[in-house]
Amino acid sequence: MFWKKKKQSPNVFTVAIGGAAGDGVREAGNNLGQLLVRAGFEVFVSFDYPSLIRGGHNFSRISFSKEKIYNDYSKIDVLIALNDETMHLHKNELNNGAVVFSDKFDADDLKMFGQNAILLPMIKTAEELNAPAITRTSVALGAVCYLLDLPFGEMNQILRRVFKEKGYEINVTLAEKGYKYLENLGFRHSRKMEHNGSDPLKMSESRHSGREDNGKELTDGNTALAKGFLAAGLDFYIGYPMTPSTSILHYLAKQSQFLKESGKKLFKVIHPENEIAVINMALGVAYAGKRSAIGTAGGGFALMQETFALAGMSETPIAIAVSQRQAPATGSPTHTSQGDLKFVINSGHGEFPRIVIAPGDPEESFKAGADALNLTWRYQMPAIVLLDKHLSENSSTSFLDTGKIAVEKGKIAEKINGEYKRYQITEDGVSPLAFPGTPNAIVKATSYEHSEEGISTEDPKMVKAMGDKRFSKLKQLEKEFSKYDTIKIYGDPKSKNVVVFWGSTKGAVLEAAKYLKKQPKFLQILWMSPFDTERVAENLKNAKNIIIVENNRTGQLASVIREKTGINIENKILKYDSLPFDVMELATQLNKLL
Amino acid sequence: MENLATNAKITWCPGCPNSAILVAFRKLVEELKAEGKLKLENLVAVAGIGCHGKITDYLNINTFTSLHGRLLPTMQGIKIANPTLQVVGFSGDGDSYSEGAEHLIHAAKRNSDVNLFVHDNQVFALTTGQATATSPKGFKGKSTPLGSIEEPFNPLLLMLASGATFVARTYAGDIEGTKKIMRQAIEHKGFSFVDIIQPCITFYDTRDFYKDHTYWIDKKYPSQKLETAIKKVTAQEEKIALGVFYKTEKPTFEESLYT
Repeated sequence: MFWKKKKQSPNVFTVAIGGAAGDGVREAGNNLGQLLVRAGFEVFVSFDYPSLIRGGHNFSRISFSKEKIYNDYSKIDVLIALNDETMHLHKNELNNGAVVFSDKFDADDLKMFGQNAILLPMIKTAEELNAPAITRTSVALGAVCYLLDLPFGEMNQILRRVFKEKGYEINVTLAEKGYKYLENLGFRHSRKMEHNGSDPLKMSESRHSGREDNGKELTDGNTALAKGFLAAGLDFYIGYPMTPSTSILHYLAKQSQFLKESGKKLFKVIHPENEIAVINMALGVAYAGKRSAIGTAGGGFALMQETFALAGMSETPIAIAVSQRQAPATGSPTHTSQGDLKFVINSGHGEFPRIVIAPGDPEESFKAGADALNLTWRYQMPAIVLLDKHLSENSSTSFLDTGKIAVEKGKIAEKINGEYKRYQITEDGVSPLAFPGTPNAIVKATSYEHSEEGISTEDPKMVKAMGDKRFSKLKQLEKEFSKYDTIKIYGDPKSKNVVVFWGSTKGAVLEAAKYLKKQPKFLQILWMSPFDTERVAENLKNAKNIIIVENNRTGQLASVIREKTGINIENKILKYDSLPFDVMELATQLNKLL
Repeated sequence: MENLATNAKITWCPGCPNSAILVAFRKLVEELKAEGKLKLENLVAVAGIGCHGKITDYLNINTFTSLHGRLLPTMQGIKIANPTLQVVGFSGDGDSYSEGAEHLIHAAKRNSDVNLFVHDNQVFALTTGQATATSPKGFKGKSTPLGSIEEPFNPLLLMLASGATFVARTYAGDIEGTKKIMRQAIEHKGFSFVDIIQPCITFYDTRDFYKDHTYWIDKKYPSQKLETAIKKVTAQEEKIALGVFYKTEKPTFEESLYT
């Protein structure tokens, strides 16, 4: 072989925490992630868990570096084992010099981990302070701070913030105990963090120039999306819980309560009887003039199909978050997939236009949420943000530029003089939108094919005219492509090798790019509908070698590209075992094909 | 009254009691307008799909023609977005008792301040005659040529059990009676449910039966008592009782949402 398996960057460090469901693994991972972001690191926190509430194996991985980090790594430098199972499940994932923290080790463990097995009295320390067992992770976080020579003052502040609601003092005290325990042992990790940091993949139109650490936060795709909805003037979020979309509902419900208590502008969160009620209620809200968004996973969106067509037919604005999970039906509910692309872009019966944006990281998710809500009101066309578990629930260092988002109201008819026609045929296809309660406006929305006034019709001429009207909005929208990142290019723009990807696969692809023997051009497609055929074709037509990377079995984006551009992509790297791509494995696969 | 009609041609069967329901509603709207109790721009009528659903085409007011069985979530969405709107829904037994039963139960549970009028003709008529949730056992329809083997359910009892704060029944043939019940429903704060029994003159013609098998309950009927209401709607009587069986005050969904 002319290529060599590359070694993982010495600039990346990975801490992993594992335990049973209910042990507080996710919170512990997020606490450490937040600490690291505050300390100026680029961080990626992943969380892997089965679909159950107690027991089972929960696992959080925190990879961090001084340079931009796009994905977490599977090789671990510090393993915090909250139970025996964690040690045994992850023993083969340890880097050289990896340190393992546990409450107890048996003789075999000690033989395996040697002097890097650190007996850390997490349970005992918590018990001594009469703290609940779940707080023992704080002892480990304190210990990690000393081990990696991280600023403990910061940790204190973050723990105070995170735990301000209940018993935070105990957690801070526990972390201090963990820190002191290791300090007394005088034990530091054998590897020092290296602090060089230039990112070869930084986009040319970088959004954060000049504000390296300012305003950065640790956020996941769902929270960022919800913040995007809010920035674009969300009035109602309506949702029915379904992994991996549930945290949008939870986050917004909490925000809504917080705003209510502080007396600021209100938005409402409602959880009705089922997904069908969710989407129909949201259309009612929009018909009456308020901006609504909904969220679900593939299965919930399947239930909404008929009403999705109603949104298209009645031209009622609605922003929809669909987060993908692996396999059909209930599938593997807490694991990631990109298997719903074709389902989503072809959703609903009958033909009507829709907007589908697939962000690849929390920053893009934020922008997509805001764009979806603004565009659905400007074009009176349903707009979907397509996410997946890996993006929805995993966190990374992000900068959400709320200053760049405006509320775009669309063509609202606030006053009516003379006759009002809800479906008036106009040049751009968009009819003035009035709401009930407006004097002189009779607002008739309907699921039937209709006249300009909104009265049912079966006149073939009108049926055709209305179909044309709805599709003419698409032409107008396509004229606006240049205002949006319908696609993004990274790497060497002149390379004849092009690596194509979409959605959360961005993380593993751009991280793997750090290990490629030569830099290809990377093409990320964000707008799935309408599809920016011209720019996609432009970037592929001169390529000698095109490789596509997708988290599905059938290469759905490759199929869309072939449909739209006629370009056939033969080199497909596909993964559909419910796990996201592994950075180093993907680098090896890409190097084989480059 | 002409300004409440659209120029849409009425396509119900000639003599269909849907026209009587339409007339009752238009008359009521005129009255409420004249009394200064309603601004027309604040009225929204929502319909599901079925013969009843054509009513929105014949009403020159704000309307949303939803999907089969889905009008209630749409109505509640409208109400929560703008609680000053008066939201009425026209549905059918196929629409709300079969296809959309889950929404019916939950709208009642939530006590959303909307009004539901169900054109209950005990048959899917627009699809040319199949059994619905209120068709009697033995009903011979196109999907049950040997007669339905299922018992119907009692929509009024279901609504009482689900928390509806206004439960009534009227007969489509009695325009004045229907208008009065609709008025009480609209004036009631909370979820108002009205079952409008109606013959389908084409697929389930019960005109002769209803002509002398209904009666209005006594004015002294204690409508605030749930127990009495449950007894009344389940009583095996020779004639079908019409009137308001239950009426009570509870905080509405929208009130709670906005406080």
